[in-house]
Amino acid sequence: MRIGVVTFPGSLDDTDASRAVRIAGAEAVRLWHADKRLPMIDAVVLPGGFSYGDYLRCGAIARFAPIMDAVVDAARGGMPVLGICNGFQVLCEAHLLPGALTRNQHLRFRNHDQALRVENAAAWTNAYEPGQQVVIPVKHGEGCYVADERTLDELEATGRVAFRYLGGNPNGSRRDIAGITNEAGNVLGLMPHPEHAVEALTGPSTDGLGVFTSVLKHLAGAPS
Amino acid sequence: MARVVVDVMLKPEILDPQGQAVANALPRLGVTDVTSVRIGRRVEIEFAGEPDLDRAREIADKLLANPVIEDFEIHLESPEGSGEPVPAVNGAGEPS
Repeated sequence: MRIGVVTFPGSLDDTDASRAVRIAGAEAVRLWHADKRLPMIDAVVLPGGFSYGDYLRCGAIARFAPIMDAVVDAARGGMPVLGICNGFQVLCEAHLLPGALTRNQHLRFRNHDQALRVENAAAWTNAYEPGQQVVIPVKHGEGCYVADERTLDELEATGRVAFRYLGGNPNGSRRDIAGITNEAGNVLGLMPHPEHAVEALTGPSTDGLGVFTSVLKHLAGAPS
Repeated sequence: MARVVVDVMLKPEILDPQGQAVANALPRLGVTDVTSVRIGRRVEIEFAGEPDLDRAREIADKLLANPVIEDFEIHLESPEGSGEPVPAVNGAGEPS
């Protein structure tokens, strides 16, 4: 399996995301924001960081990067796409996911290990037990997820809340939402960083690995 | 050359923690009669030729504002401030 990892100007976690892909057992394919096409790959990761300096709004300019047309087309065609942190912001700006991520309500950057509950079993979450509790780092200043009540109700009713914050909401996100999927389940946006929790030496846990092994299971055709 | 000004504001129902922080600082200046502060963004656009409000509106809708959380208004600003008034174009409440 080949999983692409996009580097935008200002991406920070592309190297860690590539490493997580390799630890999960896949080949990481580095992609450049100015590329117009995707090579032969099975899934795409939009990593964390500060693409284009977070100018205007987080993710607003990255959304118009040349590679994003190809990513949006691939996502609509069913290719698994994961947006982590800034990548989640890019997915919302690109309208692949509903809602938006705004400034943390307390205005402070949050950087700590965070307990989460896995709440669905889609392309990027099927390797977890339903309701499994995991610990994965958060590190963001603009992670407060907002959407109108109707959208939030729909996300809940259709099982599209993928991860929820436990033991304290780090940013004021509506309904403690940490990650959501699109209607088809192939696109996941996630504020915490699973790529920073893939081995004991550098992470608080190896709980993040399940995101990457999930997509391999999904691509191998296992029921998700 | 006339420029197009786009004012972007968070929608009323979206919490503005920056504005709240500023409001909370005002009593330190001795100001106690301000009940709300909200912070937005002003963007000035200059076209190579005549200013084009329709294209400015498209730019605002696609890039300058995020319609999920923000509203925008567009108006022309003449060079000397000698205001030929142009009706503001409001981005609020439009389907997108």
